[in-house]
Amino acid sequence: MEIRAEVLIIVLGCALVTLVPRVLPLVLLARVALPGWALAWLNYVPVAILSALLATELLMEKGALLPLANAIAILPVLLIAALTRSIIGSVAAGVAAMALLRAFAL
Amino acid sequence: MPVVLGYLSVGFAAGIVQKAAGLSLAEIMLMSLVLYAGSAQFVAAGMIASMSPASAVIVAVFFVNLRHLLLSAALAPYLRAFPAWKNALIGAQLTDETFVVAWGRAGGGGLNPSWMLGLNLSAYASWGLANLAGALVGEQLGNIRSLGLDFALASLFGALLVLQLALQANRLAGIAVAFLAVAVAVLAALKLPGNWNVIVATLVAASAGLGLEKWKSARKS
Repeated sequence: MEIRAEVLIIVLGCALVTLVPRVLPLVLLARVALPGWALAWLNYVPVAILSALLATELLMEKGALLPLANAIAILPVLLIAALTRSIIGSVAAGVAAMALLRAFAL
Repeated sequence: MPVVLGYLSVGFAAGIVQKAAGLSLAEIMLMSLVLYAGSAQFVAAGMIASMSPASAVIVAVFFVNLRHLLLSAALAPYLRAFPAWKNALIGAQLTDETFVVAWGRAGGGGLNPSWMLGLNLSAYASWGLANLAGALVGEQLGNIRSLGLDFALASLFGALLVLQLALQANRLAGIAVAFLAVAVAVLAALKLPGNWNVIVATLVAASAGLGLEKWKSARKS
């Protein structure tokens, strides 16, 4: 039940850098409007960062380029997300697909 | 209610993944109640497990959560009539899921601070409880690999990516940005330590998306 100093620093730092973009526009936007190009750039940030995170997550396993099981298990996730828009359903499909693949020792 | 259910299942997976990343129960509760951001908690847990330096974790989380600028900016016009401190309180608990619920209500003019705080507090409470439950269950599960639970994070990123692409006004540009981000992230991962490849890929791909948009509108006019 201990909290390491390193983890405490990380959590507080992360909380601070999370709080600022959450709060600042809601408080300031009545006065300062972002220029159009900034909004257009920000509009692409979620897609870009989620793609990069997904690629890293799939790639990083033992440093190998795209392990086969990851490449297969992500397919039902993308399909179910596209068809149902359900985050829970998609995550459940990915976990189940991975469990099945490992049960058959891929 | 759908938001609460969504929080319970993703929070449960987050609790298990954080436990598997070697965080203590107290550290998991600290993360879920102080940081309170699903994908950022997954990212931080993964980076802590791989012994990344604190500065790299904080920079990565900053970029992961930078999207809240957009959500917060989008809600601002509907809450302009209310005092700044109330909007600050609402913004502090802003998440992707609560934004989607609030956005659905914004058109009808039903957004006000007390409704937003009710939504935020129920999401916050269920997130904390689900993280705790996941951590407690994770403690009992020896090997989460055979259950595929370590794949929950990749699945969550995949699902959120598809949902984000569906929201893009310019679908083709969004898909181009996604492919570019994947390519840059993979190439940069071979050269850069920690999660810096994610940051580089995001900056490059989002800028390319903006360039693509400018180029197309310049050709049209």
